[in-house]
Amino acid sequence: MPTLKEQFWDPVAGFGVTFRTMFKKVVTEQYPFEKKPTAPRFHGRHQLNRWPDGLEKCIGCELCAWACPADAIYVEGASNTEDERYSPGERYGRVYQINYLRCILCGLCIEACPTRALTMTNEYELADDNRADLIYEKQDLLAPLLPGMEQPPHAMLLGDDEGDYYRGSFRPAKNESEA
Amino acid sequence: MTVTSKEGQEVAKADLVTLTIDGVEVSVPKGTLVIRAAEQIGVQIPRFCDHPLLAPVGACRQCLVEVALPGPDGEPRTMMGPPGRVKPQASCTLTASEGMVVNTQISSPIADKAQQGVMEALLINHPLDCPVCDKGGECPLQNQAMSNGRGETRFVETKRTFPKPINISAQVLLDRERCVLCARCTRFSEQIAGDPFIALIERGALQQVGIYEKEPFESYFSGNTIQICPVGALTSAAYRFRARPFDLVSTPSVAEHDACGSAIRVDHRRGKVVRRLSGEDPAVNEEWITDKDRFGFTYARQDDRLTHPMVRDEETGELRTASWPEAFVVAARGLQAAGATGVLTGGRLTLEDAYAYSKFARVALGTNDVDFRARAHSAEEEAFLASTVAGTGLGVTFEDLEKVGTVVLAGLEPEDEAGTLFLRLRKAARKGLKVVSIAPFTSRGLAKMHGTLIRTAPGDEAAALEALAHDGEVALDAGGILLIGERLAAVPGALSAAAALAGTTGARLAWVPRRAGDRGAVDAGLLPSLLPGGRPVDDAAARVDLGTVWGTTVGHEPGRDAAGIVAAAIAGEIGGLVVGGVDPDDTADPAATRAAIGAASFVVSLELRATDVTQAADVVLPVAAAAEKAGTFVTWEGRQRPFGKVLVESHALPDLRVLAGIADELGTPLGFKTVEAARAELSELGGWDGDRVAAPTVSTGSTTRESSTTDGDGLRLATWKQMIDDASMLDGDDYLRATGRAAVALVSAGTLAGLGVEAGANVTVTGPGGSATLPVGVADLADGVVWLPAGSDGINVNRDLGATAGATVSVEGGAA
Repeated sequence: MPTLKEQFWDPVAGFGVTFRTMFKKVVTEQYPFEKKPTAPRFHGRHQLNRWPDGLEKCIGCELCAWACPADAIYVEGASNTEDERYSPGERYGRVYQINYLRCILCGLCIEACPTRALTMTNEYELADDNRADLIYEKQDLLAPLLPGMEQPPHAMLLGDDEGDYYRGSFRPAKNESEA
Repeated sequence: MTVTSKEGQEVAKADLVTLTIDGVEVSVPKGTLVIRAAEQIGVQIPRFCDHPLLAPVGACRQCLVEVALPGPDGEPRTMMGPPGRVKPQASCTLTASEGMVVNTQISSPIADKAQQGVMEALLINHPLDCPVCDKGGECPLQNQAMSNGRGETRFVETKRTFPKPINISAQVLLDRERCVLCARCTRFSEQIAGDPFIALIERGALQQVGIYEKEPFESYFSGNTIQICPVGALTSAAYRFRARPFDLVSTPSVAEHDACGSAIRVDHRRGKVVRRLSGEDPAVNEEWITDKDRFGFTYARQDDRLTHPMVRDEETGELRTASWPEAFVVAARGLQAAGATGVLTGGRLTLEDAYAYSKFARVALGTNDVDFRARAHSAEEEAFLASTVAGTGLGVTFEDLEKVGTVVLAGLEPEDEAGTLFLRLRKAARKGLKVVSIAPFTSRGLAKMHGTLIRTAPGDEAAALEALAHDGEVALDAGGILLIGERLAAVPGALSAAAALAGTTGARLAWVPRRAGDRGAVDAGLLPSLLPGGRPVDDAAARVDLGTVWGTTVGHEPGRDAAGIVAAAIAGEIGGLVVGGVDPDDTADPAATRAAIGAASFVVSLELRATDVTQAADVVLPVAAAAEKAGTFVTWEGRQRPFGKVLVESHALPDLRVLAGIADELGTPLGFKTVEAARAELSELGGWDGDRVAAPTVSTGSTTRESSTTDGDGLRLATWKQMIDDASMLDGDDYLRATGRAAVALVSAGTLAGLGVEAGANVTVTGPGGSATLPVGVADLADGVVWLPAGSDGINVNRDLGATAGATVSVEGGAA
């Protein structure tokens, strides 16, 4: 046999939480109608960066793939040639894939990258209705061409060799000098 | 590193010296280096230049240790340098001696500091290339910089740089700034391969590996220098930037290019082999393999690789893709309708696949018309193989070559035809082995073995072998070994003479074929008069013995050999042909082989890639390449070299599975469908201990021509295949091809004078079937003999000249 308290007070007391909450600030986000900015260092989708002349920073070293605890990254390197240059130096990443079905966005790949080619954006909308589209290829990951950048392949425009790029002792990009 | 020879364990107690390393007393055989003695107690002294198979040099100084030797009073005294300072010693050049006290980096701060100092000096000019360097991840410098180097760099100046990479050869690339000057590559080239075309040049900070400009680094073994380079200074063009070591799956395997069965390590990722390295097998190839074994793997993924079974459409007459069941049915029906069928297999099969062909021919097709020899052959050779080779198990071994006094080569050019054998012979020759070669001229290989030439025109080998029995200088006896190449099959009486020579002198005999599957094919009975395990077809007891396992009877009539099958097909006596991996251009008469394939009413082709045979075949069945199946190769020694499947995700079927499918449709199942089951049946079958075929006794006198004289204007043709040539198994690696030796016709100086051209000029060699133009060179050939590579630079001697070794050809100056 329930006590009087149990019979009459407890059902009403349960609504106490509801009443109190009515006077608090709402935490519900109206995603996807309203999108809130993430924290500045939020681990979102990756980006493959470029040098100011548009050459890729990625050298295809696969250290990101090695660092990846989820085995989400696949890289194949290849040689740059004088006629077809994608990055300063000898080597570039010919194939670059990140499988976002596996990626846990931990950021270990970013720490492994020796050229700062791989960084993370704040983009978090990584959902799709099929598996194939969630394997991002190099063209999906490469940073957009900013003004002054040229689509590789092209020669090293900012310095005489890769050392100039790595040391940061390169000439300013074309548009900056014009501007 | 390599297991050092077992001899050490067998030495008597008196030959041991006892020393103390890091406080641990250890006894090692006299002559052991301190660095190796330390390994015995589990102490790894860092090193770069030291390699167990190369002579010590003490070039890198990384292995410094503190050493004390007993003085006159028996008390150990530390080896000192300038007054008051300890002088650390390089443990890789220091022989252990009685009472020595060694303190390595583990127990001696002095040694540790010295090693760190050396490491710092090596790293001063070493670029920070690790992320793009092929060695990164498996680099001794990387590893030992972590284990024995300083944590922080003190070097702030600019590093010395060189333009890079530079080509040492088409295949080998050199990054000079990465080099730590350990001289492993130059020592390998000089001591092991005998191609000292690279050397350390310049001095001081500019010291670097260089090439002789006039003599390019054309070595069949150059890939080994890449593998033993302790840094990333030497890389291969084929593997450069292809993958990182930590991303590869490594599988031990066996090389499929020659009959040496070298142990290799195959690295693959995503279903693609990206590189091959030498495995370690002290009994076979030690740590070295040929460039062919190392780089020749791209043939399996060429564009013309067959992926689906194909059958010839009855209406259009074109080949069309079919399902496996359909192809099996069509093949079985066609073979049934064709009547008598011959089986030609070539020499690339694993033992299990060869056994499947052998059983398929006998059980499913009911014929003994089966032959693996896609080259010049003879009935004499068949008798020789049946009597002396088939099913004899392990005979002469690589290690035996180092223990005997004399090795006679006949019809065999080891550097071209069995590279691993060449390296072992050269190693033995450097220790005193006398190599005698019955050959037309002193090849580069023979010169590197410091061998003696018995100059023999092609066709005269039999007489030369007979003469050897009475040759006091060579003095072949029971302490000698006779290595017989497969090319002797084309010389009547030569194999008989070899067998007789072995009989009279007591020398041991070994048959060294060119291809990986040849010895296995002999053991599996891919010969018209031979059943598996060396059982003769015409021996009733042998047939019964076989019948108990096979559960069927086997025809007692020996069948036709390959030439006989070809002739019978042209004559219409044979309607069906089952062809497994035979290139018509390899056969002694390519035109006849092509004609036979055209004339046969039904041709089943089991092939890797599209060839002339698959074009003409009625059913084409794609089979697995060596990396896509398990199997066993039998080396020339008779050693079984089993290997597993490397590309586990491959669905390609091995030959035996395909044959089992056809046999099922024929209503006569083979009884196995997997490599394991075939292996089990082979071991159940066992060897044959009954009567063997007698050794052949073809006399040489009746068939040999007048010794070393020319017939009219003609020259006698000597020829064999160079290691790196136009072979289809080398397709796809242009860098490797580029390291091959160019095709040059070699004649004697006297003959060249008669031609009226200078060495290096073009000559036209004309045989019965056509002619070819190539540069001419001089060698110490007999007058009236010309040597051509059998298949280099687009010239195929069989196909283009219509001639085989021993034939008469004419040579004229100038292009045709």
